[in-house]
Amino acid sequence: MQTHEIAVIGAGPAGLSAAIAAAEFGARVTLIERNNKIGGQLIKQTHAFFGSEKQYASHRGIDIPPLLYQKLEDKSNVQILLETKVQGFYPDDGVLGLENKEAFFPLQAERIIVATGASEKTLAFVNNDLPGIYGAGAVQTLMNVHGVIPGKRVLMIGSGNIGLIVSYQLLQAGVQVASIIEAAPCIGGYLVHAAKLRRMGIPIRTSHTILSAQGAKEVERATICGLDESWKPVPGTEQEMDVDTICISVGLSPLAEILWQMGCEMKYVPALGGHVPVRDKQMQTSVAGVYVAGDVASVEEASSAMMEGRIAGLAAAESLGYGSEQLNVEKKDALEQLHSLRSGPVGEKIRSGMHNLMQEA
Amino acid sequence: MMKRTGVPNREDIDSILPTAERLAQGPVAIVECFEKIPCNPCYTACQFDAIQEFEDINDRPIIDFAACTGCGLCISACPGLAIFVVDQTYSDTEAVVQIPYEFLPVPEVGEEVLALDRSGQVITKGRVVKVKETKKMNLTKVVSLAVPKELAIEVRFFRREKRHG
Repeated sequence: MQTHEIAVIGAGPAGLSAAIAAAEFGARVTLIERNNKIGGQLIKQTHAFFGSEKQYASHRGIDIPPLLYQKLEDKSNVQILLETKVQGFYPDDGVLGLENKEAFFPLQAERIIVATGASEKTLAFVNNDLPGIYGAGAVQTLMNVHGVIPGKRVLMIGSGNIGLIVSYQLLQAGVQVASIIEAAPCIGGYLVHAAKLRRMGIPIRTSHTILSAQGAKEVERATICGLDESWKPVPGTEQEMDVDTICISVGLSPLAEILWQMGCEMKYVPALGGHVPVRDKQMQTSVAGVYVAGDVASVEEASSAMMEGRIAGLAAAESLGYGSEQLNVEKKDALEQLHSLRSGPVGEKIRSGMHNLMQEA
Repeated sequence: MMKRTGVPNREDIDSILPTAERLAQGPVAIVECFEKIPCNPCYTACQFDAIQEFEDINDRPIIDFAACTGCGLCISACPGLAIFVVDQTYSDTEAVVQIPYEFLPVPEVGEEVLALDRSGQVITKGRVVKVKETKKMNLTKVVSLAVPKELAIEVRFFRREKRHG
């Protein structure tokens, strides 16, 4: 079996950045992606990104994968395996089991960078299995990748950035948004996203939750209610809303199964999205040679995922003997950018989660 | 409180407005960015150094209204669609508000629309006087709306009256 130098699992913003960084310094990289194209969740982000020029700020997310691909396509030391799923890891031999078009094959790599992303969390309420109830990210895929709208009138649950952005994109697609509701007393996402929905007349109800969905065969109505300071429903505040679609946007949870299988030390840190891998500043997990980057490491923004990917890629290349003064300069720069992205008030949750996680690292 | 409602209050607005004298001199950018988030394209976009360099990427933009020419380059550069240009010198009775717009179809020049405030309430009628789109604007168009002078600080969006397209 051929041994690869660096296997990167996942070609989203984190994995692509990791592959580019490692390849820039000469490491041989194999990038494994289950989808038939690279980009991960970027392929449906039709909005312009925040951050600075180094994180492609002002570019729309959908325009970023081609820019990243340009940095990979001319490199002979990069191999991209599309439509290839990592099915498991065999710790005895250090082998990844890959599947492509129903063919199963092993792949061995000296270093592995896991950038598998995250999946949407769901919410318990009465009739939450009725057709017409979606994850907000799923609706974004449906609309922006496949060109299909989910319904005519939507109730959005959750006011984090995904809930706000998908609400706006529903409106762009000509779908009505009846309301955005948020259980917390404050809006979760950026206020600029909230402001652009409010000026279109879309209500955002904080301290509100959904009690139930109703409908004979699919969603026809939803009942929402107000919550008191201890997050308990306030009797008498129930309201019925005529909607045919309910979108759930209550956070993401790291897709970390492969890390568990590899025996990486995991820690439950709610501020980072749930069970996340313990790692050092270079993004190396407790298993030597296994690195992480992006939402699988901690649920955050694409901008920080790109910086984490860059750090992991550079560190993995360095550990294989591709280190240089220039590599150190680049890594220091990426570490500083990651730090500054997290340094403001909106990074407080991540910082406290990181503090909690790193205590034992 | 904006964190609860998504709508800035009077105090928030007053804190970011240029003086009445500056408004009376002609077009000027109004940056409605009320939260420290890691983002700086407005600074990078400004050709006149009117938006101060960010010490920390989380800083809120600080604009030098004397240096701002109201050119509007920052409007479509802002990923938060939080920048508007107001021109109080448009006519004796009307001002023009430039609004970032990402919906199709775009309104026609001359079209009358319902002008909305920051909470989406209809507060007056507006008239589309210009729709700007260049390649550099990356699909965020800028719609210039003529509105009664005294409402130029309040109008931040619009709704088309008839169904189009």
